[in-house]
Amino acid sequence: MREQEAAARARNFEEVARGYLADDAMRESERCLLCPDQPCVSGCPVGIDIPGFIRRINEKDLRGAYDVLTATSLLPAICGRVCPQENQCEGQCTVGQTLEPVAIGRLERFVGDTAIREHWANIPYIEPNGLKVGVVGSGPAGMACAADMAKAGCEVTVYEAFHQAGGVLKYGIPDFRLPNTVIDAEIGNLEKLGVKFECNTLVGRLFTLEQMITEMGYDAVFVGVGAGYPTMLGVPGDSLNGVLSANELLTRCNLMRAREFPNFDTPQPIGRRVAVVGAGNTAMDAMRVSLRLGAEKVYCIYRRSHKEAPARAEEIHHAEEEGVEFHWLTNPVAVLDDGNGNVKGLRCVRMELGEPDSSGRRRPTPVAGSEFDFECDLVVYAIGTNANPIMGQTSGLRLNKRGYIDTDERLATSLAGVFAGGDIVTGAATVIQAMGAGRRAAAGMKAYLGLRDGNRPYRDGAGDTLFGIDAGERNFARIRV
Amino acid sequence: MSNYEIVKREDFSDVTYLLEVRHPMMARAAKPGQFVVVMLSEHGERVPLTIADFDREKGTVTLVVQAVGKTTRQMQQECKPGASLYGLVGPMGIPTPPSHARKVICVGGGLGVAPVYPQARALKESGAYVIGVIGFRTKELVFWEDKFGAICDELILCSDDGTVGLHGRVTAGIEQALKKHPDVDEVIAIGPPIMMKSCVETTRPYKIKTMVSLNPIMVDGTGMCGGCRVKVGDEVKFACVDGPDFDGHRVDFDDLMTRLRRYSKEERMALDHWEKGCRMQRSIDQAEGVQK
Repeated sequence: MREQEAAARARNFEEVARGYLADDAMRESERCLLCPDQPCVSGCPVGIDIPGFIRRINEKDLRGAYDVLTATSLLPAICGRVCPQENQCEGQCTVGQTLEPVAIGRLERFVGDTAIREHWANIPYIEPNGLKVGVVGSGPAGMACAADMAKAGCEVTVYEAFHQAGGVLKYGIPDFRLPNTVIDAEIGNLEKLGVKFECNTLVGRLFTLEQMITEMGYDAVFVGVGAGYPTMLGVPGDSLNGVLSANELLTRCNLMRAREFPNFDTPQPIGRRVAVVGAGNTAMDAMRVSLRLGAEKVYCIYRRSHKEAPARAEEIHHAEEEGVEFHWLTNPVAVLDDGNGNVKGLRCVRMELGEPDSSGRRRPTPVAGSEFDFECDLVVYAIGTNANPIMGQTSGLRLNKRGYIDTDERLATSLAGVFAGGDIVTGAATVIQAMGAGRRAAAGMKAYLGLRDGNRPYRDGAGDTLFGIDAGERNFARIRV
Repeated sequence: MSNYEIVKREDFSDVTYLLEVRHPMMARAAKPGQFVVVMLSEHGERVPLTIADFDREKGTVTLVVQAVGKTTRQMQQECKPGASLYGLVGPMGIPTPPSHARKVICVGGGLGVAPVYPQARALKESGAYVIGVIGFRTKELVFWEDKFGAICDELILCSDDGTVGLHGRVTAGIEQALKKHPDVDEVIAIGPPIMMKSCVETTRPYKIKTMVSLNPIMVDGTGMCGGCRVKVGDEVKFACVDGPDFDGHRVDFDDLMTRLRRYSKEERMALDHWEKGCRMQRSIDQAEGVQK
């Protein structure tokens, strides 16, 4: 795929990967074997008919390809950019056993971008059913749930605490990876389905989940507020000026547009040398944003090795190309003070890998006497998040031991009519997993509301259907008095 | 776009002003101790401000602001009745839990007089004996003396320069109140960090529970960024979702004050940039006036 030159792009916020041209897409689509067992589909968290859409690209039927994609995926332009395809569809690809796998993500993005450019939208005929659904959080989980419920005929309102909708897609993922225009186009599509977005609304504090059900007339509510409570490292010097979470750095830069300071009011001084702790996608974003804000040196500090790094392969590759210095098997033990409460450096220790731990990854252990210092003026923690406490503080929702929301397999919570999904249930995960959770919650919600789930196939000929309705499907009639 | 209309404005001094903003839902939900995040414009920053009062019938929330930085000065210039804010979200933070204290000193330093007012009122309504101690630098800056007096059983007004009331800082007022009422069982102190720090040191020898409301730098105000983290005892807390009220005897105020300074250079830059823009606008206006 065409990309911006590493040296140039490391100083601007334009998109790195330029995307396929029609010829590239055509050529790539020919590599798909259309194999009958479709391993790629089983690798996709939402089960997109991958060979189906690739075949239509090959037939030059892009509109058809878009129809196939949007039958299951709601936001192809976003997923094509941010899914970790190497662990999902592309990781299962038959071609990939011997050659490079088919670039499914890039093809998906190509179709999604074409749809945005051509103003395609698949707006089904929707018959209003009179039911009201509230969605808390406008990130990927909330967007996916809202779309499904709107298509089912519900009147959907999405509440967002920030002043702009999009959640992590807006405040977290930088423009050079996912441009705001793409997010806004996808939000525009949701609005075309009739979804309303209400920003500046902190659910829980402005009104509670219970109030939504009892006073505000919502028949069901989905909670997809994200994990949103960054973990600090807990080493000496954590609170020095110049130590911040990746969430803060990214929010200041992406949503609050600190890179345009002082034309925008929110500042983010970047310093000369930046050390980012962690090696997930958020860490890669933080490093590449730091470069673009003008840092001379950016270090990645990770206690395990390259192999265990959780980021998408492409992100690590891009970060390397742009000049990030990777320090694998390195663990911070203290942030150093310059005497005025500012960061002067980061003291680290070398690590070595021992026996596998509970996550199956080899446990890193410190090498005695290997301490050394990095000189730096900004330290960014990208080491994960904890559960945000607001929902638990303000409602009777049952939480698990770690503070995340407890749900059953249908993503129903302990409050009747309230469903939850995404990071606030599972802990930090990916955009596509959150979208998958939003859709699963929507399916659960439809069953709860007595709406037939159009996505569920009839089991023809099987004994367990009654007048074409799955006998396992509960509450299929809802009587409103 | 969202629209939060300013319905009333009152200037207490050259730098301190009160805004009443229409937001009926928030006026219903707000409780003492909570705060809001304000955005003046689309290009603006997110500024946390403690809720000074709320009127459930009128559907308004009251904010008291001191013009110190770029945004608060711009607000002073632009926020007039009829104008509106670009963003207003809240109420945020854990409301002050109902206190069972029988005798309380409510201390407000400067701007802090505003946020401590709803707490004092709530305590009074719950039947406590409320002693108000409010302090200002000088006589010109005094506001809400009457409003505060009306809900307090006793009010001690202090001024740093002695131009009005007791000559001295609020700590002198606390000492005076404690001499008269050794049975005070709680102190609530809100104001600049340095003032809260000295209040806490004043009450520490008496072992009187002292609650403070912290005001660190925030971005989202929902726990997402961690910029507002403060040291409380040996724990790190996020003021926006774990506070803003904390046990003052356990708060590390030096850490708070250091962290409040972390953007001082940029704050200066933003102010200069804005003032330059204002001067340019004025000269353009003048030039156009001449042409006409």
